[in-house]
Amino acid sequence: MKKYTNTGNKDTRSGFGAGLTELGKSNENVVALCADLTGSLKMDEFKKNHPERFFQIGIAEANMIGIAAGMTIGGKIPFTGTFANFSTGRVYDQIRQSVAYSDKNVKICASHAGVTLGEDGATHQILEDIGLMKMLPGMTVINTCDYNQTKAATLAIAEFEGPVYLRFGRPKVANFTPENGKFEIGKAVNLTEGTDVTIIATGHLVWEALQAAEQLNEKGISAEVINIHTIKPLDEEAILASVRKTGCVVTAEEHNFLGGLGESVSRTLVEHFPAPQEFVATKDTFGESGTPEQLMEKYGLNAEAIVKASEKVLKRK
Amino acid sequence: MPHTKELENFVTQVRRDILRQVHKVNSGHPGGSLGCAEFFTALYQEVMDYKSDFDMNGIGEDLFFLSNGHISPVFYSVLARSGFFPVEELNTFRLINSRLQGHPTTHEGLPGIRIASGSLGQGLSVAIGAAEAKKLNKDSHLVYTLHGDGELQEGQNWEAIMYAAGNKIDNLIATIDVNGQQIDGATDQVLPMGNLKAKFEAFGWDVLEVKQGNDISKVIEGLNEAKSRTGKGKPVCILMTTVMGHGVDFMMHTHKWHGVAPNDEQLENALAQNPETLGDY
Repeated sequence: MKKYTNTGNKDTRSGFGAGLTELGKSNENVVALCADLTGSLKMDEFKKNHPERFFQIGIAEANMIGIAAGMTIGGKIPFTGTFANFSTGRVYDQIRQSVAYSDKNVKICASHAGVTLGEDGATHQILEDIGLMKMLPGMTVINTCDYNQTKAATLAIAEFEGPVYLRFGRPKVANFTPENGKFEIGKAVNLTEGTDVTIIATGHLVWEALQAAEQLNEKGISAEVINIHTIKPLDEEAILASVRKTGCVVTAEEHNFLGGLGESVSRTLVEHFPAPQEFVATKDTFGESGTPEQLMEKYGLNAEAIVKASEKVLKRK
Repeated sequence: MPHTKELENFVTQVRRDILRQVHKVNSGHPGGSLGCAEFFTALYQEVMDYKSDFDMNGIGEDLFFLSNGHISPVFYSVLARSGFFPVEELNTFRLINSRLQGHPTTHEGLPGIRIASGSLGQGLSVAIGAAEAKKLNKDSHLVYTLHGDGELQEGQNWEAIMYAAGNKIDNLIATIDVNGQQIDGATDQVLPMGNLKAKFEAFGWDVLEVKQGNDISKVIEGLNEAKSRTGKGKPVCILMTTVMGHGVDFMMHTHKWHGVAPNDEQLENALAQNPETLGDY
C-alpha cells in the first residue's frame, strides 16, 4: 500500500496566505479584502507588499461581499478573507444575490472551518458551510487537505473564472501532498489503491483517512483513499469507478452529515450505482469548546472513527 | 436647459411604458417607478457618460447601480429608450423566458444591468466596490446609485455608508429616493428614520437635497451639483424628494400602488394623463 509522509504539521490557512502572497506578485488584478482578521487569515504579507490592493473592510462582512462583487466590475479578482462562519452563514443572501446569481468572479476564502478552530466554541465553528455553498447554482466548492494543497488551490482559483468557496482551517495538520503540486479544480486525487472499501475524504480528514487505511491494511482490509478537494463540481467518475470496484464507501468530512460531501456522494451513488455508505461527519449537532484533537475524538472525526465506519460498512456489503 | 421639453416628453413616455409593463402582467411595482422617471431620464439622457456598446467591466464610462430593484419597470424603459436593447422587449416584462425579470438581473445577459438587485440593501456595497476598482484602474469616471428611503432600514447600507466615508470613496454619488412610503405604509409609521441628512453627514458624507425630484430640470441641476462635489475626499449623497406614483393622480401620495398593477380601466385613465410622445412599443 502506498504510504505518505508528513513533512511537518502546518496550518492550511498559512497555505492560503502563501498562495495569496504569490498571487500578489504574479497577478496584478488580484485584490484582497478582509473583515478585521488579517492576521488570522495570514493576509499580512499581501497587505504589506500591496497596500493599494488590500482592502480592510472592518467588521462588516455583508459589506465586504458586496464590495468584492462590485470590484469584479472593472476586472479585479477579489479574494475575501474571514472565518468560515462569517464567510457563509452570516452573508448568505449577499453571496446569493450579488455574487452567485450575478455571476461575479469572487473568491470567498474561509478559514477556521469546523470544530477544529477549537476553544472559541460553537458560535465560530460552522459545520454547515459546505451545504450552504454547494446549494448555490454556479458556486464551486473546495475544501483543501493540507498546507501545500491549500496554496496550490489558492493559485488555481485565480485562474478560474467564476465564484469559488475555498474552505480551510486553523489547526496545524499533516502536510503530505507534493510541494508546488498542480491543483485541478473538480478532479479527485486517488491516494491509495484498494479493493475492499472506498474512503472518500475532504479537508484535513484526508490525512486521517490515510492513517485509517494503514490501520485497516494491518487488519487485512484493502482501502482505497480518494481525496475529494472539490465538493462541487464533484468528480463523480472517480467516485463511481472506485465504488464499482470496492462495493462500499465511507465518506469523511469535518461538516454536518446533512448537506456535506457525504450527501453529494450518496446522491451520485443512488443515481448510478447504489452501494452501502457510512458517514464520518458531525451528526446534526453544534460543536463546543475544546482542543482540536479532543473535538475530533468526541465528534468522531479521526482515523479511529474512519476505521470503525469502514468495518461497519464492510459488513453491509 | 434648451431641450427640457424633449426630456419631459421622454419622461412621459417612460411613465406610459411603466404603466403598460405592469398592467400587461398584472404585477410589478408602478409607484416607485413612476416617482423616479425624472431621475432615470436625467441620468441616462443628460448626466451620465456611458458607452453605447454595453461592457460589463465599464472601464472608461460612468456606471449606475439600482439597489431598490423592484422599480425595474422604470429602469427597463429608460435602458430600452436609451438604446441598450429593443424597446419592443418591454413587452416581455416578467414573462417566462424573458431577459426582463421581475427584478433586474445579469443572469439573462440584459445589456445595461451589472448586478442583480431585489433583495434590498446590497447595492451601495457593490457600487463602492466598483468605485474602488475605478480608482485602481485610474479611471476618473463616476459611479451612481439609487436607493429607496425605506431600503435604508437594511443594516448593510450603514456598513457601506461608514466604509465609503472612512475610505474617501469620492467618485460615488448615491441618491436616496425619499418618497416617504414603503409597502406597509408611510415610512414614518413603519420605522421612522429620523433626519437622514444629519445621519449621512454624521457618517461623513457630503449631502445635498433635491426637493423637487419630479422636476427634470431640478433633478439635472442636483445631479450636476453632486458631480461638481466629487473628487473632494467625500462620497456624495443626494436626498431626492419624490412623490410615489407621480404623474397618475390616483396613484400619488399613497403606498397603495407600491406593488399593485392597474386594471384595464385604471390603465386607460392613467395613460390619458400621460399622452404618447415617443411612440408606444
